[in-house]
Amino acid sequence: MQPQMVMYDEEFQQISAVCERLAREANAKIVFLVDKNGQLIASVGATENLDTTSLASLTAGNIAATGGLAKLIGEKEFSILFHEGEKDNLHISIIGGRVILVVIFDSRSSLGLVRLRVKKASDELNKIFDGLMKKVQVPGAGSPFAEITDDDIDNLFSE
Amino acid sequence: MSFINYSSREINCKIVYYGPGLCGKTTNLQFIYANTNQQAKGKMISLATETERTLFFDFLPLSLGEIRGFKTRFHLYTVPGQVFYDASRKLILKGVDGVVFVADSQIERMEANIESVENLRTNLQEQGYDLDKIPYVIQYNKRDLPNAAPLEELQNLLNPKGIPHFEAVAPKGEGVYETLKAIARLILTELKKGT
Ligand SMILES: Nc1nc2c(ncn2[C@@H]2O[C@H](COP(=O)(O)OP(=O)(O)OP(=O)(O)O)[C@@H](O)[C@H]2O)c(=O)[nH]1
Ligand SMILES: [Mg+2]
Repeated sequence: MQPQMVMYDEEFQQISAVCERLAREANAKIVFLVDKNGQLIASVGATENLDTTSLASLTAGNIAATGGLAKLIGEKEFSILFHEGEKDNLHISIIGGRVILVVIFDSRSSLGLVRLRVKKASDELNKIFDGLMKKVQVPGAGSPFAEITDDDIDNLFSE
Repeated sequence: MSFINYSSREINCKIVYYGPGLCGKTTNLQFIYANTNQQAKGKMISLATETERTLFFDFLPLSLGEIRGFKTRFHLYTVPGQVFYDASRKLILKGVDGVVFVADSQIERMEANIESVENLRTNLQEQGYDLDKIPYVIQYNKRDLPNAAPLEELQNLLNPKGIPHFEAVAPKGEGVYETLKAIARLILTELKKGT
């Protein structure tokens, strides 16, 4: 089973900053981070007209499916995927085996540049997630839901 | 595995609808999608064959409201029920917080139901989950059909542990929200325990 996924404000700010710099330095349109279960962690760039929730879920599905393929041929996973479109391209990479980094870019950038910048950003993100995991494993970092009552749950459904 | 985001004050949970081919998993999500107001739902994604059989998964994100200042979001997934899609089913189960087993009430589908529950148990085990320990409810769908087996028989065959069960006619929405609420409630109760 996977460990409980948690995000705090401090790490969220750090992660967003790394993603923003990556978008800028790679000349990318959009950068986003998704956990392997398809939940969006952060997104930066021209996301206004984009359904990021769907994007997150399909990205995770894509990674899950290619991960399944990898195992069938005796690979651990494919850590980088690249999809080339007519205008926009998708660069997908797995960071530290646990989160997925997606970069959407067009002809103003190039695969080479994206790869280079992703590599650097990955190392930084990895460190942040390492720290996050340690924080989560500390006892007493309990769930905010420990305090909820049955009434709270009932109220959710009464509306 | 639920995702607690203190930064955006959101909690995300994953619910998987499991069951044999054509039992009505996709129909459950379609009904929920069609009857939930705009603000509370995202787009529904269906990765399906040309004959509308689920190929990989259906996905529907829902917001249920706030608990203690946290927005509760549920990601609903269906698996493909056809036997040969087992590899895909395993992938969808990753990170699951709760399972709805949709059984096809038709007598002819009893074998398929039993096989599917066993397949669910095995696939969960591979991921380190125990079906008897995770939030789990069962829905007896297609109660409108003349060849539907009596409830008691279904209970005996598919629900030895007596988990919460619901009778449903998914295209009409009968039992659909009841089922969803029950699994959401179990998941939140589990979170409360903080396991
Ligand atoms: N009469 C009746 N038909 C139903 C009911 N629920 C679903 N159906 C029909 O059964 C067929 C299959 O439903 P789906 O929801 O696509 O089944 P599924 O479980 O998603 O099937 P797979 O994707 O192959 O796993 C559709 O034609 C539905 O309209 C029900 O309660 N009563
Ligand atoms: Mg389906």
